[in-house]
Amino acid sequence: MRQQPTDETAGLRPEDNGQPPYLYPDYVATRLRAPKEPLIILPKTLSDTTGPAYGRGPIGELDNDLTRQREGEPLGERIIVTGRVLDGDGRPVRNSLVEIWQANAAGRYTHHLDQHPAPLDPNFSGAGRCLTDDEGRYRFVTVKPGAYPWKNHDNAWRPAHIHFSLFGPAFRSRLITQMYFPGDPLFEQDPIFRSVRDREARQRMISTFDLETTQPEWALGYRFDIVLEGRAATPMENPR
Amino acid sequence: MSPEPTPSQTIGPFFHDALLDRNYSELVSPDHPEAIVIRGTIYDGAGEVVPDAMVEIWQANRTGRYDHPTDDRDDLPSDEEFSGFGRSGTDVGGEFSFLTVKPGPVPGPDGQLQAPHVTVSVFARGLLKRLVTRIYFPDEEAANAVDPVLSTIEDPELRRTLIARDEGDALRFDIHLQGDGQTAFFAF
Repeated sequence: MRQQPTDETAGLRPEDNGQPPYLYPDYVATRLRAPKEPLIILPKTLSDTTGPAYGRGPIGELDNDLTRQREGEPLGERIIVTGRVLDGDGRPVRNSLVEIWQANAAGRYTHHLDQHPAPLDPNFSGAGRCLTDDEGRYRFVTVKPGAYPWKNHDNAWRPAHIHFSLFGPAFRSRLITQMYFPGDPLFEQDPIFRSVRDREARQRMISTFDLETTQPEWALGYRFDIVLEGRAATPMENPR
Repeated sequence: MSPEPTPSQTIGPFFHDALLDRNYSELVSPDHPEAIVIRGTIYDGAGEVVPDAMVEIWQANRTGRYDHPTDDRDDLPSDEEFSGFGRSGTDVGGEFSFLTVKPGPVPGPDGQLQAPHVTVSVFARGLLKRLVTRIYFPDEEAANAVDPVLSTIEDPELRRTLIARDEGDALRFDIHLQGDGQTAFFAF
């Protein structure tokens, strides 16, 4: 059955604040997983203005270089992905965990449930992590992920993307998102990308090619800044 | 001018190697004298289990203190060993599980106290944004009755979805994403 995603700005609601809705029927998996009861507004308390500091254990030296985690180098177009993590006030989110995962250059994940008949790359785990620095900056070296097919609708393909997981300063600021590449021809038929109804907000998921980050004779650079909801704690008001 | 937030996107089905490469579901060691198990099954709107979700929890320690600089109540002991953060995938049966301790009460709005609770994020394929909920404890009837968050929920059925069930060896907190008995979810 062919289910072409429809629309232009249908479903655009100012209260979504640039976020996707839970129910977006073109993305078929939302139909049985989106809650239907109205959400209850949580008052601001310590339970959500606090949050995990690092989220997880120690970071290895090569965790942010996905091209050097195995015996040899992975195949594909080597890229550098860097940017800043900012809070809702535009302040840098420092010393905060950034986790990424992605398909290899052929569009295949290492995951055992990925059945796409594209080759696995023994030199590519597709997983990385790092901490942001004092300016909120992170940096990964990896290969450009390939597009891959999925079964959402007939001839459905996901645009190339890297998954990002961020904690930020508080439980409120937790975010999992996907970073896309500029000019991808698959945006227009991808219901996950298009679930963000606000066109300007969509642009905030697309990295920009950055010549300054690009290293001559080595790797193309892409820049992707991430803005989290909520605010960092008042800086050092009550040091422990 | 404040920058606009980056939109959320689904975690998708392929996160396990990156996010669950180790066991992050034990917040305390199994021989901790006050260790409790909290487990539950996630169901979709058709009543099918959700085997590809990830659940994260965030909670205070036994005395009600959060391991975070914003919690400056220095009279309460902080606990070096206890970060208050856990992460569990769901298995083929849709079940997640944590080993933790029961948190103490924490401050709420207007100087009220909140009943002991664990804050929960649910991520899954088909969820374009995380779902946020809370686990409350069945042996805290008095505190639950006056909890400032629970009491904003008028529907008693919906309120009940937030209280774990005592199964003897564990507390059970099933999560229904949609349909009859849907769990109460929060927004900020």
